[in-house]
Amino acid sequence: MAVSTQEQTTTMNNVEAVRHTLYEAMKNDDRTVILGEDVGARGNVFLITKDFIEEFGAQRVIDTPIAEASIVGIAIGMAMEGLRPIAEIQFADFIYPAFNQIVGEAAKTRYRSNGEYTCPMVIRTPYGGGVRGALSHSISIEALFYHVPGLKIVAPAFPADIKGLLNAAIDDPDPVLFLEHKKTYRLIKGEVPTGHYTIPLGKANVVRPGTQLTVVSYGLYVHWALDAANALANEGYDVEVIDLRSIRPMDKTTILTSVEKTRKLLIIHEDNKFGGIGAEISAMVAEEALFSLDAPIRRHCAPDVPAMGYAEPLEHEYMSSPTKMADAMRELVRF
Amino acid sequence: MAKSAPPAREGLDKRGLTDEQLRAIFRNMLLQRALDNRGFQLNRQGKVPFALGSEGHEALQAGAAMAFSRGNDILAPYYRDLGLALGIGLSPYEILLSIFARAADHNGGRQFPNHYSSKRAGVMSFSSILAAHIPHAVGAAYAMKLRGEKNRAVLVTCGDGTTSEGEWHESMNFAAIHKLPVVMLVENNEWAISTPLDKQMGQPEIWKRAAGYGMPGVRFNGFDPIETYAVVKNALDRAHRGEGPSLIEGVCYRFLAHSTDDNDLTYRTKEEVTEHRKDDPVPGFERILTGAGVMTVADVEAMKKDVLRETNEATDHAAAMPYPVASDLYTHVYEGAYQPWL
Repeated sequence: MAVSTQEQTTTMNNVEAVRHTLYEAMKNDDRTVILGEDVGARGNVFLITKDFIEEFGAQRVIDTPIAEASIVGIAIGMAMEGLRPIAEIQFADFIYPAFNQIVGEAAKTRYRSNGEYTCPMVIRTPYGGGVRGALSHSISIEALFYHVPGLKIVAPAFPADIKGLLNAAIDDPDPVLFLEHKKTYRLIKGEVPTGHYTIPLGKANVVRPGTQLTVVSYGLYVHWALDAANALANEGYDVEVIDLRSIRPMDKTTILTSVEKTRKLLIIHEDNKFGGIGAEISAMVAEEALFSLDAPIRRHCAPDVPAMGYAEPLEHEYMSSPTKMADAMRELVRF
Repeated sequence: MAKSAPPAREGLDKRGLTDEQLRAIFRNMLLQRALDNRGFQLNRQGKVPFALGSEGHEALQAGAAMAFSRGNDILAPYYRDLGLALGIGLSPYEILLSIFARAADHNGGRQFPNHYSSKRAGVMSFSSILAAHIPHAVGAAYAMKLRGEKNRAVLVTCGDGTTSEGEWHESMNFAAIHKLPVVMLVENNEWAISTPLDKQMGQPEIWKRAAGYGMPGVRFNGFDPIETYAVVKNALDRAHRGEGPSLIEGVCYRFLAHSTDDNDLTYRTKEEVTEHRKDDPVPGFERILTGAGVMTVADVEAMKKDVLRETNEATDHAAAMPYPVASDLYTHVYEGAYQPWL
């Protein structure tokens, strides 16, 4: 972490880290605007932008109509004309109407204009399950977007990473999709440096060093993977856990270095297995480090069904857990 | 107001335009037709894979461009806006660079022709996906308003087909809520490739939707460049004064097939096109200008010759320029040097 100033820290949960970082961005740069559904008077459904409208005004904290395609599209126009918009999609599940604006427009503005126009903007959205969010307030969207060159995608798990990566996303000259796991919003707390700092996009973090197995994950599941790895330590297994943090660009070096040490790879994510992030990591490791492996690459991911259900057993079955993760880790370590 | 050729008349109402501006409008119209012809010729000669023309839109676009304030306003066009692009400062050479997909093209030969883009001239980059650019125009207008910039506005255009898209509606609604300095100019040419107006909308007068958004709506004869100028100027002036957006609908006609890859006789008759050709705005405006004494027949002939010369020179110049090289495929994915998987 590139902490630029003092070592002073404040304890924050993930939602406070987002709020704190957005507040600083609004305060430090007049070009910054926030737009989305219920971000103004309501202060966002998770209260992330509470009271921003009073401090920064309704012109910079914009309550939009319920129209996701144009929330992103208008932000693109603002970015092309010199503002630094931060667009919010209230829940990641609602991003589908904006798909063309993100994939067809934002990601290709620089490329199609041969560099003459750029699109420096952030699209923030809460994603993920385990909150009884049912079909349309629980999904993971990263695999729908990570195929697209021109986009960057970030999915931090810890409050200090949220601050550093959100600052980097806001500064970035290209469009960044910033994914916030909503179950971690109030569940995860940590120390956050008080001064301004950035964490470069595309750098993973080894959050638990180990020697017998590499686990790669991101978002909520990083925390559960750490719980599982710590539990396995009592059984004498030594598991390394990598928090990917950035999905695109992806930190090949950290993954390969770890796999070459542990010789075994397990990818864990909440999103569906088929065509998920794990598929790309598996392919990359198979292409570049096959002969370092002592076991097949394994993926512990969601089943191939459209979504988790609202009923508790359906959500429970879809989601992993520290216990299920520990089982998957144990099996691979013993292979 | 329907589209029809305005009658040539003595005592022409020039709506504040000087004779020099009237001649510039006519020259723009001639240049559009010459460049459209050139694109189709080059395609039929096998020299370029694709071309698309704006025939029938000449008067509308040349008139609208004359109302545009260069250096202040922004144009967010669509792909059938050759006359607007020329009228606000792109050169025939720049147009031909895009037809030939040369490296020096604003888009570096990446996009189809007619995807005008130029920061210098104030033309926003856009894709081929219809209506996707309209929220961009509205966002740019929001930036102007937020910064308190006076006398600036965004002129955004589209065809009738685009008004069916959700983003068209979303953008109009947002522009009205925030009273943004944006003018939505619809160039209604009656056809969305093969789909006629009565299969596009239950109520065929697009301007009437303005009332639903709470903004002024105007319909005008898009075959009359002087009337077009007056309507666009009025709407831009209104936006410049901070009085908000307008929806203006110019009625014209698409004389050519959608593109060189389309055969329009599979969905409309030759007779229909011939009937509309009687009102062709290019010879129509020639009659008006000569009838009103703004130009002599000799002036017109000299101008046509000059337009052909300029088109030929631009063609030769652009054709002689190099293609992008293979390694250009990898530039401008993100800022900085190319890194696969970054």
